Amino acid sequence: MQPLQLEGSPKTPFVNFDPSTGFLELKGRSIPENSIEFYKPLIDWIDQYGRSPLPKTALHVQLEYFNTSSSKCILDVFKKLEAIRASGHEVSVLWHYEQDDEDMLEAGEDYAGIIKVPFRMIQIQEVNDQ
Amino acid sequence: MVMTDRIHDLYDELERHRVMLSFKGSLTPDLITALLDMVERRMVRIEVDPKARKRVFTVVIECLQNLYHHFDQDGAGQHGAKVQDPHGVVMIAQTDTGYSVITGNFMAGQEVDRLKQHLDRINSLGPDELRDLYKSRLSDGTYTASGGGGLGMIEIARKSGGKLEYGFVPYDKDSAFFSLNVNVTT
Repeated sequence: MQPLQLEGSPKTPFVNFDPSTGFLELKGRSIPENSIEFYKPLIDWIDQYGRSPLPKTALHVQLEYFNTSSSKCILDVFKKLEAIRASGHEVSVLWHYEQDDEDMLEAGEDYAGIIKVPFRMIQIQEVNDQ
Repeated sequence: MVMTDRIHDLYDELERHRVMLSFKGSLTPDLITALLDMVERRMVRIEVDPKARKRVFTVVIECLQNLYHHFDQDGAGQHGAKVQDPHGVVMIAQTDTGYSVITGNFMAGQEVDRLKQHLDRINSLGPDELRDLYKSRLSDGTYTASGGGGLGMIEIARKSGGKLEYGFVPYDKDSAFFSLNVNVTT
């Protein structure tokens, strides 16, 4: 299976999904007008990865902004991870938020309350652009 | 009055109201990107509190994308001209208490009641209730055409910290002009 790598743009995040390590990364901004189109390949990738996942998978989310159009798609990404966990594999989400950005922390807590995957909230100094 | 005087008056008016950005016209994703870039650069210069900057920026994103997604596809625009692409008006100004993000666009007249109910409900809720509503809408598995599942206005209200001011001006039998003023208190 091929890794999924996408450069960040002013409206879309940097993506690095590595099937050889189980290290998945989503970083930057997610504010496109058409989020469904952007997230479809990501969700399809995780779906395929989930058919024979590594024993441990970790998704690192480090977003500076995401729009409401992305929020449902991000939930769908988490749901795919939930399915991998339900099939007996270790899965975790590491939700990074900037120091003092309570809104982003709250957003992570909201996802953690909906999705049955362990979340770890990680405070960081500053999110670099893209 | 001649047009050249009116444009000066308009400029004066925008200055007096401390408008940092105003735009009226068609919106494309590229133009939204450019407008957001302008707002962000300007906010970095005038607002020291990063949390306030982020809230204003988030409100601007959602408001611009509302204009982009929810234009009146079949309705009449100004002066009866058919509107084929997303367009509207946006203004971002500094106020005594923070920032004001004002948008306006034409919408289908039959959608007015539904939107009004949605906004009234949002305005009746406090911060914790808005968070609960956001969470339940997020997890209910439904998508709207724009992908947000009706989360936009809830998010705007949460970042605003105040009540959403809105108005509808009936335009003709099929369409109305919707205006929204979001005050972000800093």
